[in-house]
This record gives sequence, C-alpha cells and structure tokens, in this order.
Amino acid sequence: MSANNDSIQKTLLVAVLLCLVCSIIVAGSAVSLKPIQVKNKLEDKKKNILAAAGLLVPGESIDEQFKQVTTRIVNLETGEYATEAELGKLAEAGYPVATFDQKKLAKDPKFSEKLAGSEDPASIKRQEEYAAVYLVEKEGQIDRIILPVHGYGLWSTLYGFVALEGDAETIAGLGFYSHAETPGLGGEIDNPSWKATWKGKQLYNDSGALAIDVIKGKVDPSSPKAKNQVDGLSGATLTSKGVANLMQFWLGEQGFAAYLASFKEQGV
Amino acid sequence: MSSVKEVLTQPLLHNNPIAIQILGVCSALAVTTSLNVTLVMCIALTSVTAFSNLFVSVIRNHIPGNIRIIVQMTIIASLVIVVDQILKAYAYEISKQLSVFVGLIITNCIVMGRAEAFAMKNPPGMSFLDGIGNGLGYSVVLIFVAVFRELLGAGSLFGIEVLPLVTNGGWYYSNGLLLLPPSAFFLIGLFIWASRTLIPSQVEEPDFKIQPNTETSGAH
Repeated sequence: MSANNDSIQKTLLVAVLLCLVCSIIVAGSAVSLKPIQVKNKLEDKKKNILAAAGLLVPGESIDEQFKQVTTRIVNLETGEYATEAELGKLAEAGYPVATFDQKKLAKDPKFSEKLAGSEDPASIKRQEEYAAVYLVEKEGQIDRIILPVHGYGLWSTLYGFVALEGDAETIAGLGFYSHAETPGLGGEIDNPSWKATWKGKQLYNDSGALAIDVIKGKVDPSSPKAKNQVDGLSGATLTSKGVANLMQFWLGEQGFAAYLASFKEQGV
Repeated sequence: MSSVKEVLTQPLLHNNPIAIQILGVCSALAVTTSLNVTLVMCIALTSVTAFSNLFVSVIRNHIPGNIRIIVQMTIIASLVIVVDQILKAYAYEISKQLSVFVGLIITNCIVMGRAEAFAMKNPPGMSFLDGIGNGLGYSVVLIFVAVFRELLGAGSLFGIEVLPLVTNGGWYYSNGLLLLPPSAFFLIGLFIWASRTLIPSQVEEPDFKIQPNTETSGAH
C-alpha cells in the first residue's frame, strides 16, 4: 500500500468513484428486476385468493386459474360497487382495478379514514374507503365471494381473505397470506386442519345478528351457537382473539355488512 | 501464502466462523426453522462473502486506510441489495420468509470480518475462495441446526413430512421449542462441543485461572 493513498485527494477520489459504481450496480439491478418482482407479487396475491376460496389447483398456471375470478371494487360506506367516476378517480391516483393495492390505499389519506380507539376493535388504525372483492361465477350464479380482511393478532397485522358461499352467509374458507405470529402457536392460523373448521360456519345467528366468533377451547357441537363458533387455537389466545376481532370488524357494520346486504338483495 | 485447498477447507471445521470465531450467530438463530429457507440464506451469504472479498481485494491497493471500513461496507451493502433483488425476482416465496434477514447480511460479522482480515492482504483469486470457504463454514453450522429444528420441530425436511404430526393425524408430537430462536443456541452449543471434542486443539486456554488458596487468605 503506497503512502499517498491517505492523501485527501485520493481519499475523496476513491470514495466518489466507489459510490458511483455501487449506485449504478444497485440501481441497475433494482430497475431491471422490477417487472419480474411486480409479477411475482401479483401472482402471489391471486394464489392466496384462490386458496382462500378452496379453488387452488396446485401445479397449474395461476393466471389461467384466476380467469374464473372477477375483481370488483366496492365502496365500503354505501356497500355499492364503485361507479365509473369513482373507478376513474382511483385509477388516476394509481389504483387501477387490475393491480388494486388495498394495503397502500389504507395508508393514503385521500382514500382512508382514521379510526378512533373505540371503533377499531381490529387495531388497524386507518380504514380504506374502497375494497376489492373477488367473485367467482358458476353456472350463471355467483358461487364464491372473496373478501379481503386484516387486523392485529399478537405480534403483527394479519392479512388474509375470507371466502363466502353464494348465499353471502356461509363461510367457504379463509386464509392468511401475511403475518408474523409465533410459529407453532399463533402461526397455527395457517394450519390446514384449523382452517377447515371454518368451512360451513354461519356468519349470522337465528335472530340475524353477526355472531361469528372464535372461542377459547373446543366448540360444543350440541350448543345452539355451534354454527357460529370456531375452536380457538391452544396456546394462542391473543391471536385467536385477533382473528375473531378482525372477522367481526370486516363482516360487520364498518366493513362489508352494507355490501353483503345489497348483494343479497340484488344477487350480484 | 496458504494453499487453495487450505483456504477452502479450513473454515469448514478447523476454523469455522460460527463455532470457533463465534461470528454471525444472529442469523443462525433466525433463519434455521426450515431447510429450504436455510439453504437459500447460505447461498446468499456465501455469494456475498465471496464477491465482497473479491472486490475488496481487487481495489485493496487503492483503499485509503482511514476510510477502509466504509469502503468495505459500501461494497457489501451494494452486493446485499443486489442479492435481495434477485431473490425477490426468482425465489419470491422464500424471500418472503427470509424478509429482513437478507438485508441483515450487511451486518453479518463474517462478511466484514473476512474482508478486513483476509481480502485486504491477499490477491483477488485467493480472497474469492476464502469467501466461499467461510460461506460454506457458515452453511455447515446452519444446515446442522436446521435439520434438527425442522425435523423435530415441524416433523418434516425440505417441507416434506417425515414424522407424521399428531395435528395431521399422525403420531409425532412436535417440539415447539425447536421452532423458537433459543433452541438454535442449544444446537450451536452442542455443535461447538462436538467440534471441540473431535479436535481438542480448538479448546482455548482459559482467560483466568483461579489462584490456589494461600495460608493468609483464610481470615475474615
């Protein structure tokens, strides 16, 4: 190593050149790989939607399978599908239907509202005004309604999809695609046999009130409430509570209740 | 100058970066719950160590002494970002599970330790091999830990069920402790014990020796 390496000129020269070369390499790789990454993300989301609805066939092209799904944007307040004008407004702000990013929308002050503590049982802090719903048609009838849900568990926000049967009352499946709960405890929300216990559960009780719940311990099959209740996960009381909260929030008045009501009335 | 073979094989057991130098333990705890994830992490770390050693070595005669650590960090950080981008593009599922730990390769002491200790003093070819050797040394420990954690914690290897779990109708009660980070400490501890029993020269002299009692020290 020669002594003049430590001169100020040489130090600056090396620093500048190194930064230049490194930034070109980093920027180059980020830009050139971006299209593949975006495609992966989109495909992952489609896969989760199909999995929640129980329609995923492993090994087959996700894009091909997703063709049976129609994406619609819903105005959560009115419960109606977004009008052309609303869709235009969303597309202009960078949320076109094809790549609708609801997570990002929930953080956008233009399209979301802050929730006060008392009206925020799922601890999501801000709620978006529009949500994407996914419809699967079979023989001219809507067969599955897939709704995005999210809420706080024990350590992390759980993001998932819940699929309803065409009657908009019976759960057909659910799945979480993003969470950071403890593996083996709260992480058991990914357990296929627990997810299967949701299938066939009713959202509403006999008097028509939203009653879906995750209880502590096992559901007593002889209880009249059994059709609304799901077994809690042992060792994961808070995660189970979080799942119950987010289901009640998103299927209730603040969530998709208005949409589901109008869906039942009109059949689409 | 050390030989090619020595540079490549010494870090595997005789001078293992985790077991002997106790470097890079953090990620060994975090990414070893399943073998698939572990393997990708090992490949990522090995390539970052190898290439950072290569580039640092190529410009070693021009690096000013007073900014050398920053220069090394810049090279390592750029390489890590490139690796992260490649994983996001070509191994999306696994990159989701690795999440921040790919980024944390930047702070992995093995990478910088090798750049500072080896690449600054040796030619590029040898430095590159030293990076590969140390990456493999790291991989040996990680794979050892991951095999036990995935097999006993989740009853599977590479995600394929080996021991049928009770929750899926089998007979094996999974050991939840092994899925939590502390279990990796125990396993690394056992690995170090085994390696020092096999190669007694790895046992260091104790830093302190308890002095024998003298006659005057009995008083209160």
